[in-house]
Amino acid sequence: MCAKKVTKAAPGQVETTGHSWDGIEEYNNPLPRWWVWILYACIVWGIGYTIAYPAWPLISGATQGLLGQDSRIDSQKEYAEWDAKNGPIKAKLIATDLNAIKDDPDLSAYAERAGAAVFRTNCAQCHGAGAAGVQSLGYPNLLDDDWLWGGTMEDIHTTVTHGIRNTTDPEARYSEMPKWGVDELLDATQIGDVVEYVLQISGQEHDAAKAEAGKTVFVENCASCHTEAGTGDRTQGAPNLTDAVWLYGGSREAVHQSVFYARFGVMPNWNARLSEDDIRAVSYYVHSRGGGE
Amino acid sequence: MSTPDTNPPSLYAAREPIFPRRVYGKFRTLKWWLLAVMLGIYYVLPWIRWDRGPSLPDQAVLLDLGNRRFFFFMIEIWPHEFYFVAGLLIMAGLGLFLFTSAAGRIWCGYACPQTVWTDLYILVERWIEGDRNARIRLHRQAWNGEKIRKRAIKWTVWFLIGLATGGAWVFYFTDAPTLMHNLLTGQAHPIAYTTMLILAATTFVFAGFAREQMCIYACPWPRIQAAMMDEDTITIAYREWRGEPRGKQDVAGNGDCIDCMACVNVCPMGIDIRNGQQLACITCGLCIDACNDMMDKIGKPRGLIGYLALTDEKAEREGKTPKSVWSHVFRPRTILYTLLWGGVGVGLVVALFLRSEIDVNITPVRNPTYVMLSDGAIRNAYDIRLRNKHGEERWYDISVTSAEPLDVAVEGTQDLRIKVPANETYEARFYLTAPAGSPAAKTGRSEVTVWIADEGTAAQPGKERVAKETVFNGKED
Repeated sequence: MCAKKVTKAAPGQVETTGHSWDGIEEYNNPLPRWWVWILYACIVWGIGYTIAYPAWPLISGATQGLLGQDSRIDSQKEYAEWDAKNGPIKAKLIATDLNAIKDDPDLSAYAERAGAAVFRTNCAQCHGAGAAGVQSLGYPNLLDDDWLWGGTMEDIHTTVTHGIRNTTDPEARYSEMPKWGVDELLDATQIGDVVEYVLQISGQEHDAAKAEAGKTVFVENCASCHTEAGTGDRTQGAPNLTDAVWLYGGSREAVHQSVFYARFGVMPNWNARLSEDDIRAVSYYVHSRGGGE
Repeated sequence: MSTPDTNPPSLYAAREPIFPRRVYGKFRTLKWWLLAVMLGIYYVLPWIRWDRGPSLPDQAVLLDLGNRRFFFFMIEIWPHEFYFVAGLLIMAGLGLFLFTSAAGRIWCGYACPQTVWTDLYILVERWIEGDRNARIRLHRQAWNGEKIRKRAIKWTVWFLIGLATGGAWVFYFTDAPTLMHNLLTGQAHPIAYTTMLILAATTFVFAGFAREQMCIYACPWPRIQAAMMDEDTITIAYREWRGEPRGKQDVAGNGDCIDCMACVNVCPMGIDIRNGQQLACITCGLCIDACNDMMDKIGKPRGLIGYLALTDEKAEREGKTPKSVWSHVFRPRTILYTLLWGGVGVGLVVALFLRSEIDVNITPVRNPTYVMLSDGAIRNAYDIRLRNKHGEERWYDISVTSAEPLDVAVEGTQDLRIKVPANETYEARFYLTAPAGSPAAKTGRSEVTVWIADEGTAAQPGKERVAKETVFNGKED
């Protein structure tokens, strides 16, 4: 046993360092030696760590570390791992009939979650994170039961795949409303009349005399796409003008603007950016938001 | 004035090895029993089976982290009920406060794993290397064949105990028999082996070599405990008025202490209790056993060292009768701790029995708050999260009561019922629709009660249903 350097004066007393300031003495409760060794070990570990891992900043970049660790590579590996894990269910999603996805609990759970992720990343910028669209900009609300180009699984799948009125996919859904005012196809009175007529068939407040005159204008110019009853035509993406849902708003001003300047909403063809399984997943997700047919 | 010191004392001290001597007595016996019981519980608990039906594990105590379930005999805790675990931890904390204020550091002396495993390691050490004197001799002698052999055997046994310690630990987290089979055949998950090795290493180092250093330097508890102790707390103390002046027994004027160092030699912390209460004392009671044994031998009354409160020492010195043990234990502080401890406990038990069989959360979708449909109707969407805690799949019916009529629909089905697989949480979406122009469609916010009824099984039709309050958002003109 090692001898003590300083003997204690009396039981229970603590040895002092021998320092005394104005009669105040300093106790010496020595730290255990192993504690100090742990400190040294941590310092050595710290140095080793900065050698093993990227650490020291250089003029351009930083030291790479002997272990070659790189979080970018790590996450790419993780992506690859998950892609491999999801491989079978993705293949199944592609192979399954669109309308049969909902009958498979695993597949529908996957499509719902994967679709939500795809939607948030790619679709939410225009359609909103809640898929409610933006009326002032004409981004359709995907939650309601009113669809421009159809709301079945197949319709939604086609729309997502090829997009609408884009110039990058020849199969994109396409239609174009004439600029009745700008191109002077109708005069101001005719436009005013037809706007009143549209307000009438959608059950809003209107000028009955003008609307009566507008009916003729409507049948001659608009009915070819919107149908004589004004209920629209999904094969051409012509909106139903008689219901409560409006792409750009149903007020007199908004309808007037639509007639005068026309509208030309564009959606990208997602087949250029998303894989087929992602397109199917997001179609399923959109279909299950409440409006699916 | 300071005086220059030519030989300043070292700021760092090497550990002085401690060789606790074997001791017999009631506290030592109690400690052996406690050690056996506590280690027994620790090692046996994961092997007890508890039937919960086909789809749930049959391990009585299981922390199933992968599936996020805690099983404790008949109790099953889901992640959202983690407050039970928090409550138990609070009870453990308050329990420590209670025991410390009443009886000092008895947790440290009797129940702390560091103490229990150190005791076990010292037992092994004594079997292999002999008692105190033999161990000191071995410690001092050079590394010859005998020392190498004894150390090698001791460390091997220590490490095996450590391995068993870590081994028992991992059994709490997965099915024990399966894991045991996998461990022995080398098929267990690397995490199991790693955990075992880490715990084996910490047990080996902490109980074999660090021992009292953990209590003195690493553990925060001794520092906190002083705040819970007062002059009525029962701790271990030396009756100085009776023992001093210490010295030869037959010299007139000497006290009862014959300075035999028995109390110091048995102390696992290597301290001298005669210096009074000190931070390093874990109140394990071994010095009491050692001293009583010596007092018996020299024909003096027992209790020169004993459990007593600070006020007892003072009273006895003045020749008064000390307070009874019960009057020490029952005082406002301990009663308060007991009430708090019991309050949390009762709260947990009540919460346990009030847990609804139907566990459901309903969240109105707020983006957007409502959707107008083509006929002008207003529809709200709700995310519903149902937990089926049964061992078989269940159907839950949805219905609504509200001041104004609302239509209910569940996404993806024509029925107003939702199927939840066994032992799972299931998320679904349902819709409430107010017809065009109806009062609810035109009111900004109206109250709605959603009823969820458990259909039960064919043999046992469900009786339970729960109500959840939520809101319907209309389109205000």
